Amino acid sequence: MSGGYDDELNRPLEGALEATTSEGAAGPAVGRDEWVARHGGNREQRGGRFGALEERLRGVPWWAWLTLFVAVFALVPVAYDSGYVRRVAFDIAIYMLLALGLNVVVGWGGLLDLGFVAFFGIGAYAYALLSSDHYGIHLPTIVSIPLIMIIGAVVGLLVGLPSRRLTGDYLAIVTLFFLQLFLTVTTNGDDLFGHNVTGGANGILKVDPMSLFGHALPAATHDGSFNVAYMYVVLAVFVVVFVALRFVNLSRTGRAWRSLREDSLAAEVMGMPVNSLKLMSFAFGAAIAALTGTFVAAVNASVFSLSFAFPLLIIIYTMVILGGAGSQAGVVLGAVLIGVLLELLRDPGDSRLLFYSVVVLGLFAAFRFSARLAVVVAGTLAFGVVVHSIAGAIDSGWVNGSGGEGGGVADFAANWVIVPTDLAAWVTPVSYIGLVTLALILTLLHGWARLALLVPVLYLAAFVWENVMLSKPEPTRYIILGVLLIALMILRPAGLLGEKRVEII
Amino acid sequence: MPEKLLDLQGVSMAFGGLKCIQSLDLHVDEGEIVSVIGPNGAGKTTLFNLVTGVYQPTEGDIVFAGASIKGLDPHQITRRGIARTFQTLRLFLNMSVRENVMTAAYGHTKAGVFRSMLRTPGMRREEREIRELAEEKLAFFGERLMGYRWDQPAYSLSYANRRRLEIARATATNPRLLLLDEPAAGMNPKETQEITDLIAKLRTDAGYTILVIEHDMHVVEGISDRVVALDHGLKIAEGSFEEVATSPQVIEAYLGTGGMARK
Repeated sequence: MSGGYDDELNRPLEGALEATTSEGAAGPAVGRDEWVARHGGNREQRGGRFGALEERLRGVPWWAWLTLFVAVFALVPVAYDSGYVRRVAFDIAIYMLLALGLNVVVGWGGLLDLGFVAFFGIGAYAYALLSSDHYGIHLPTIVSIPLIMIIGAVVGLLVGLPSRRLTGDYLAIVTLFFLQLFLTVTTNGDDLFGHNVTGGANGILKVDPMSLFGHALPAATHDGSFNVAYMYVVLAVFVVVFVALRFVNLSRTGRAWRSLREDSLAAEVMGMPVNSLKLMSFAFGAAIAALTGTFVAAVNASVFSLSFAFPLLIIIYTMVILGGAGSQAGVVLGAVLIGVLLELLRDPGDSRLLFYSVVVLGLFAAFRFSARLAVVVAGTLAFGVVVHSIAGAIDSGWVNGSGGEGGGVADFAANWVIVPTDLAAWVTPVSYIGLVTLALILTLLHGWARLALLVPVLYLAAFVWENVMLSKPEPTRYIILGVLLIALMILRPAGLLGEKRVEII
Repeated sequence: MPEKLLDLQGVSMAFGGLKCIQSLDLHVDEGEIVSVIGPNGAGKTTLFNLVTGVYQPTEGDIVFAGASIKGLDPHQITRRGIARTFQTLRLFLNMSVRENVMTAAYGHTKAGVFRSMLRTPGMRREEREIRELAEEKLAFFGERLMGYRWDQPAYSLSYANRRRLEIARATATNPRLLLLDEPAAGMNPKETQEITDLIAKLRTDAGYTILVIEHDMHVVEGISDRVVALDHGLKIAEGSFEEVATSPQVIEAYLGTGGMARK
């Protein structure tokens, strides 16, 4: 007999059946199903004040969250009368749309589509070709946008065709190849069989702005700054796409997508045409990406193939993974967080503040208020002062490098971290590799040894930050994204708002 | 003479040189419960995979309700009225219990994506019907899969409940023929008894015709109108439980030709 290893909780003990059913009024008995359920409830309610707050927040309906979010987002340009901030808000709204589109393919369909950004590019190029002097076509926006969405969906279908046979890594490679193909064709598209199709590396310039309901939407206002109307248009489109996708997710199609993500064979055998569902999810993601591309082309009044390369792909994936693939609210949160983060990292002052805040917060998270926290903070500060003064005494050139702007934090950093005026070429790689090595060693140590090593590691991190990373913002952004993902993998693998996922248990 | 609902005619299945099923003739009449038994590797699950279209037979024909289903995709076969469960459970673990059952209604519902986006009255009505169907199928299992579990993710269920959920999901495709792959595997004696009663109830109350693979001879004895024994892809015995259980070939397949068989 095969019963012995089954779950104990589900099985009433011999003779207990009568006892438990007769005491129904007294509440569920140990071992019965009701008891298991109530036990689960108890566990959820535990957690004190935060638990109660969480319960209450969970009761807020989704549309209330969406309204709140959109209202706050819409107020940003009102609060900041700056073309720069408004343009950043526009970019983030674009990211939100892209993340929603990718979520359909990756989060629901479970298809690893690494060519996603190409559809964004196809939308932008299609808009540029249909609304510029390049071919002399100037379609009304109200015609071109649906047309471009259809084009995106059709190309998505074609690229999705291999997904009928390929899954996982294989599909990823094929779609990645498609992205590379797109980049190669657009970059060399000024001479496609003798025709200038994409303008090649020079891109397509003088793309028409959009015009909606008889109103032209110039990309820039008369004083030359970003026309905030585009941000509102994209925000409105975001709301429509969000709601439409939410409804799809809660329909038979959405359930079918998620079930093929879970187990495509079981889905097929339960009556779902898995292949056409996969193609449909590809087409949906592609159409949303293409739609998003039109706004970018119109606002920039130009398209260049390099805007649709791998860095953007990595950023969008980070947003989806960080927020929680499969959760619409999650990927939008991811888009906002990463969008803001990347923007802050552009500016040395902001990013320095961000860096030291994250270090301090990280220490708090790790040690709470404890003696060890005091030891590490005091130790690191003292370590820095000592190293700085020793270095200064040996050669003042070692500490006279410019700390750059950033207010009090910069002043502090300049007097604490060694910033040489001329950085020897070998310092960059050595300090960097040293930091990574020491950080890895740190994970192997325990107790006081770990605390002792943490102090120089923190100082070295500050050194690398001030000397290497601040001067090279572009790679720094990606390193930060990588660190974020590693931290996420350890702390919350499902993403910030993602549901807990189980593979096989 | 009752109507043959499922009829396998000389079906063979080979993976390269490995012959899993060899010219098998097998039929299931409307309203019948047929058990397939046989040692591990006899080809029982391959048989299910052939009937549901996961594999294509290398020879022979499979006729369901009067029409050949050979060459159809699995989802098309499901729509014709064949549903199955899996020996190694294949639930949608990260979806709720209710949703697991609701997914299976895909084949006999219609609302398209654009109607879903607009939430048209017709789509909402259909959605309500799918929900009611799912709850009705789950309610069939009584207190074992009670209401409070319906919104829990499927991975939170116990092993035995996962087996029940798989059966509920299969019935939500509105099948005529239900293929159950070792429904009692891994269950304790009490649960095994429940499953035996349940399979009988699936026929009497819900009207399904059932083809079941089972190793537990108490279950097989309790439910079967007819038993088919397979070994190495060949049908070695067919008939009532007593006939098959006492068949020398079956005893040999299970126990070998040692002293045990002679007793």
